[in-house]
Amino acid sequence: MKAVRVCVLRIEGTNCEDEAAQAFASVGASPEKVHLKQLLGQCPSDRRRELDSYDVLMLPGGFSAGDYVRAGAIFAARLKSGLRKELVAFVEAGRPVIGVCNGFQVLVELGLLPAMDGTMAEAPEAALYTNDSGRFECRPTLLRQERRGKGPFTAGIPHGSVVMCPSAHAEGKLMFPRGTRRRTLERLLENDQIVFRYVNPDGEYAGYPWCPNGSIYNIAGICNPAGNVLGMMPHPERVLRRETHPDWTRTPGREEGDGLPLFRSIVESVR
Amino acid sequence: MVVAEIRIELKPGVADPEGRNTRKALELLGFNDIRGVRSIKMFEVELDADPAVARQECEEMCRRLLANPVIQKYRVDLR
Repeated sequence: MKAVRVCVLRIEGTNCEDEAAQAFASVGASPEKVHLKQLLGQCPSDRRRELDSYDVLMLPGGFSAGDYVRAGAIFAARLKSGLRKELVAFVEAGRPVIGVCNGFQVLVELGLLPAMDGTMAEAPEAALYTNDSGRFECRPTLLRQERRGKGPFTAGIPHGSVVMCPSAHAEGKLMFPRGTRRRTLERLLENDQIVFRYVNPDGEYAGYPWCPNGSIYNIAGICNPAGNVLGMMPHPERVLRRETHPDWTRTPGREEGDGLPLFRSIVESVR
Repeated sequence: MVVAEIRIELKPGVADPEGRNTRKALELLGFNDIRGVRSIKMFEVELDADPAVARQECEEMCRRLLANPVIQKYRVDLR
């Protein structure tokens, strides 16, 4: 079986790289935690890595560069200035890119999401800004899988099904430019780019606290039009096993956490 | 040397939870005549460049990092 190489990319402040790497390892892939400087060549030569040598790119959560300026902005600016060509080639080759939490913020700041007019927008087309509550929101959240089409992320998560992924962020409110908000949302729907929306336990699109941040249209995760770049605020890598679900003692017989099928889908899409 | 003040603020109509919560806190302290509080970010950048070049560079900084045009606008003032 082909080894699936996953680049789990980190910089100073990243703190979910271990769980992210474990997620991929637990479904048979070969993850490697790689510092941005290793891709930029700002390191000893034996530690140099090429983005092109990986099958999957994961931007894990946590923080990055203190999240100064805006969450994810510094990571995105450094990626864009040093690796733009390689990133665009990676995405255009159809290889999966997933950004979780801070990683989603980085993908939005990079212009890789929603990217409705090309692989990478010159300037950000969306923002993930301060939650409506004005504070860090950290709790289990429920997500409905909304994407109809195929793609590397959702083969194991049927359309309409609900998964539990914990949210832990202060800046997760997805926003579009004020004047074109409605049109942008329509285009997202037309392009089948909405992957996850926050719901309540009855499966309804509910407001706070079920939607932790005030995100437009209850959006928790979107992909690019081609479907191979996914960004989501909640953390699938934190629910790999049932014990990390708050109700695990009441759901006997279930071993897997709700986050695992996402990683399995990615790895199987590459094989 | 030129000192540039780069002011980053939210565009009109964009929710400002930090400003809103700060207003609430100020009102809890007894300031009862507040009409509005907005949070604004300011960077002071010192540059070794001519003013015209410095202004261009600062605007480039805003485009590449300091402002997200979806929600923010910027202003560069040199002194």
